[in-house]
Amino acid sequence: MAEVKTAVMQRAAAPAIPLTQRLPQTKGWKELVRDIWDDNPTFRMILAMCPTMGATNMAINGMAQGLATLIATVASSTTVAALRTVIPSEVRLPAYMIIIAFWVTIVDIVLRAYLPPLSAALGPYVPLIITNCFVLGRAEAFASQNSPGLSALDALGVGLGFTMSLTLLGIVRELLGFGSLFGIQIFSGWTPWVIMIIPAGAFLVVGLYVGIVKHFSPGGQIGGGA
Amino acid sequence: MDIFLIVLGAILTNNILLTTFLGICPFIGVSGEYASASGMGMAVIFVLTMTLPVNWLVKHFVLDPLGVGYLSLIVYIVTIAFLVQIVEMFMKRFLPALYNSLGIFLPLITVNCAILGGVLFAIATWNLGFMESVAFGFGGGVGWALAIILMAAIRERLRFAPVPEGLKGPGLALIIAGLMAMSFVGFSGMINIRDFGG
Repeated sequence: MAEVKTAVMQRAAAPAIPLTQRLPQTKGWKELVRDIWDDNPTFRMILAMCPTMGATNMAINGMAQGLATLIATVASSTTVAALRTVIPSEVRLPAYMIIIAFWVTIVDIVLRAYLPPLSAALGPYVPLIITNCFVLGRAEAFASQNSPGLSALDALGVGLGFTMSLTLLGIVRELLGFGSLFGIQIFSGWTPWVIMIIPAGAFLVVGLYVGIVKHFSPGGQIGGGA
Repeated sequence: MDIFLIVLGAILTNNILLTTFLGICPFIGVSGEYASASGMGMAVIFVLTMTLPVNWLVKHFVLDPLGVGYLSLIVYIVTIAFLVQIVEMFMKRFLPALYNSLGIFLPLITVNCAILGGVLFAIATWNLGFMESVAFGFGGGVGWALAIILMAAIRERLRFAPVPEGLKGPGLALIIAGLMAMSFVGFSGMINIRDFGG
């Protein structure tokens, strides 16, 4: 009897714990944090390198590319999770590719219609989200076995981690290459480091970032996917 | 002459890996060993030379006449997946030695952004003609293969070099790629493939 009473009391007491303490214990939150930091797609897994370098010569481009990828990843993962019992496993990869291509097409068309200058600056790197390894990777590794809600959170974590990395890269490259930040001049009379704007600078900055992240938190997985 | 210039330009001045960042994931992931790097390079040359003309035909004889340009991304990626499958079956039947040496790299090509990226740059952005697309496909593949083979050779030499712990592996590979890209800047301005577009 006493045990039952304690259990009831515990259950009643549960909502009294503030949200900030309760949230970190939930499964969805843990997925989110793991995807943003421990499995950061750019600096940890070395995935999705084409947009990471091609679309980060300015901070605003990096952020836009990250957000476009985030939307496409969340939408594709949720769709794959919702259809996971319908898609036969033999043809699942082509099916995932078509779902991803569908959502990327929508993101591309919306971007072209409402933000034409940004769309022109990003060029083919928005359509190239289709071959972004982690979009397919999240669909195959997570969304094909989990509920739509959890898959959306998982995709959101990867997308946020990716947006964060791309914005950071864009900030460094724009600051050194143009002396500005999000288009606002920071250093007056700055001699631009041309190397930061050209491809060579992208490789060097990403390489140094990967080295710094690995140096300060050696744990976790450092991979190089195909 | 134009064709020759495009092949040369695709290898040196518009190298799809070092100037447009296409196919970097396999470039970092597969360049640890010389043999697998050259296998991957061969596979990219083969598939890129095949997919560019086929997607050119698809765009100009299917998508444009029907006015369904908004479906282009889905159609391109399905065409690429389909072609890779056919190339794989063909090789298994007629060129078993090459098939065995390429192994897992052939199916992985579908999600290599060098292929879709090459198609998007040549056909959608630069609007090249048919023969120019074939030339860019072949040259682009050779340029990509050249970059990954150079990289594999450098990484083999650096295997026992005393680099800082954090930079070992992908970090150092990216910095080497940066230095390679810097040296390829020396070729820039000679030829610009964009000028051949319509």
